[in-house]
Amino acid sequence: MSVSAYQAPARADAAVIFDGVSKHFPGSGKSDGFTALDNVSLSVGRGSITGIIGRSGAGKSTLIRLVNGLEKPTGGKVLVDGVDVGALDEAGLRELRRSVGMIFQHFNLLSSRTVFDNVALPLEIAGMNKSAIEKRVRPLLDLVGLADKHGRYPSELSGGQKQRIGIARALSTEPKLLLSDEATSALDPETTQSILELLKRINADLGLTVLLITHEMEVVKAVTSDVAVIDHGRIVERGHTFDVFTHPKHETTRAMLSGLPGSKLPDAVSRALKPQAVAGDRAVVRLTFFGAAAERPLISQLIKSVGAEVNIIAGTIDEIGGRPYGSLVVAYRADAETAGRAERFFTENGLVTEVLGYVA
Amino acid sequence: MSPDILLKIWGATLDTLYMVAAAGLIGSLIGGPIGIFLATSGKGELFPAPMTNRIVGLIVNAARSTPFIILVVAIIPFTRLLTGTSIGTKAAIVPLTIATIPFVARLVEAAIREIDKGLIEAARAMGATPMQIVFKVLLAEARPALTMALTMTAVSLIGYSAMVGAVGGGGLGDLGIRYGYQRFMPDVMLVVVIVLIVLVQIVQSAGDGLARRFDRRSRKN
Repeated sequence: MSVSAYQAPARADAAVIFDGVSKHFPGSGKSDGFTALDNVSLSVGRGSITGIIGRSGAGKSTLIRLVNGLEKPTGGKVLVDGVDVGALDEAGLRELRRSVGMIFQHFNLLSSRTVFDNVALPLEIAGMNKSAIEKRVRPLLDLVGLADKHGRYPSELSGGQKQRIGIARALSTEPKLLLSDEATSALDPETTQSILELLKRINADLGLTVLLITHEMEVVKAVTSDVAVIDHGRIVERGHTFDVFTHPKHETTRAMLSGLPGSKLPDAVSRALKPQAVAGDRAVVRLTFFGAAAERPLISQLIKSVGAEVNIIAGTIDEIGGRPYGSLVVAYRADAETAGRAERFFTENGLVTEVLGYVA
Repeated sequence: MSPDILLKIWGATLDTLYMVAAAGLIGSLIGGPIGIFLATSGKGELFPAPMTNRIVGLIVNAARSTPFIILVVAIIPFTRLLTGTSIGTKAAIVPLTIATIPFVARLVEAAIREIDKGLIEAARAMGATPMQIVFKVLLAEARPALTMALTMTAVSLIGYSAMVGAVGGGGLGDLGIRYGYQRFMPDVMLVVVIVLIVLVQIVQSAGDGLARRFDRRSRKN
């Protein structure tokens, strides 16, 4: 599947639509103000896990807050299930927010409430009676695996447990959409994985649409089916996660991807890398393979076609959006003959290649 | 020390407690909501009213910076209007209450401002009304700090109540001035001071204990 084949979800299938959305924060006094979002259009497919990734200050926090009306756009429209969020009054917004769950980087649990009472809070706010709340909260605590902690206080829980409570709380009003604001950024890698697993499970079991923002490519890779890359308030790239990861188009995307383990070259190599080859140099090439290619004995075939002089410099085999994917950085002699043989081999096997540079 | 004096000290202690309790209660009931208003009515906050916030803030500051002894004298006409007299325990409650209101207001404001803004955002994201946020989030989360604030108020009031003694307000301060100072009875003065110290200790310990019980932020069971 190529990137150009990517179709934005049709309007009827979209849980959230950003339609030419801008957000400008007015300056105070002498300062000019700040444009956080500039004409952003994006749709979030119903039932998908869509990631929005960007560096800090790229505008992603503002973007996600437009969905439940915590921020109002200064231009364009945000539609949630076809409802124009900007046109809602306060009462309408409260109604909407009760159907949209949200989880936060710092969990935002009430320290004065027990685990049970934290999960119950949105239901209390919605005016549900005690026995109905009890019936709703118990299964949620089971779902997030913390039923035994119901009487504990947040200060007695680990970060991962707190986020599980945050998730249970966000699900208590049975929302159709879950917003995740850097939900794993304060957690260690292992806990991050377990929280992401939970989000995946919720998405699959409850058919919940998840819109998450993050600055971590790992998170996008692990759970999202679709991704948008945001930079300086603009969407610079979007598509199925697999396509964006395997064929990154925009500079920002590439830069963010290069931080992933397995994508990064060893320091000694990246320092020695030159843009032009001189006689005797070796070419450093990144091969990206997926689908059928991932299952063939590529290395031995490559060595046979190119000659014995193939070094493996870095490599990773991984899964993106549930599809196997491999990335291999190899070096071979940069003379015309070897390079020609290598290129033929790559073309025949449908490999995506990128020449990173040359080393002596 | 004669039984008569001891009886007087007992009576004065009760007077002091009465003044502190009455002024503390009324002052907190009025000052508390003002404090909540000050903490939530800035630009972009729950009940945005920046102009009113400024004005209320100015009035509170003015009241806070008026020396208590001057406040007592300055509002005598108002005190007379309310209680029909300007001396005695009942009359003293009026300036004590007036002084308590801005004091409590600032303490409550500070207690509420301490609360992580993320909690307010989370509550908004749940669809809470501003009033629900005040009661279910702000006041609940600030309970330990509010308990400390009320404790501080009570302790300050015990000190202030002794000061109204200087202008015929009744209570321990009054007794200390009239007997201990004016009649040269240092033993009476000493007892008065000891009773005041004990009162403050009891109030402070009770307040600290309550605040600790309410504080769930980082206690391991």
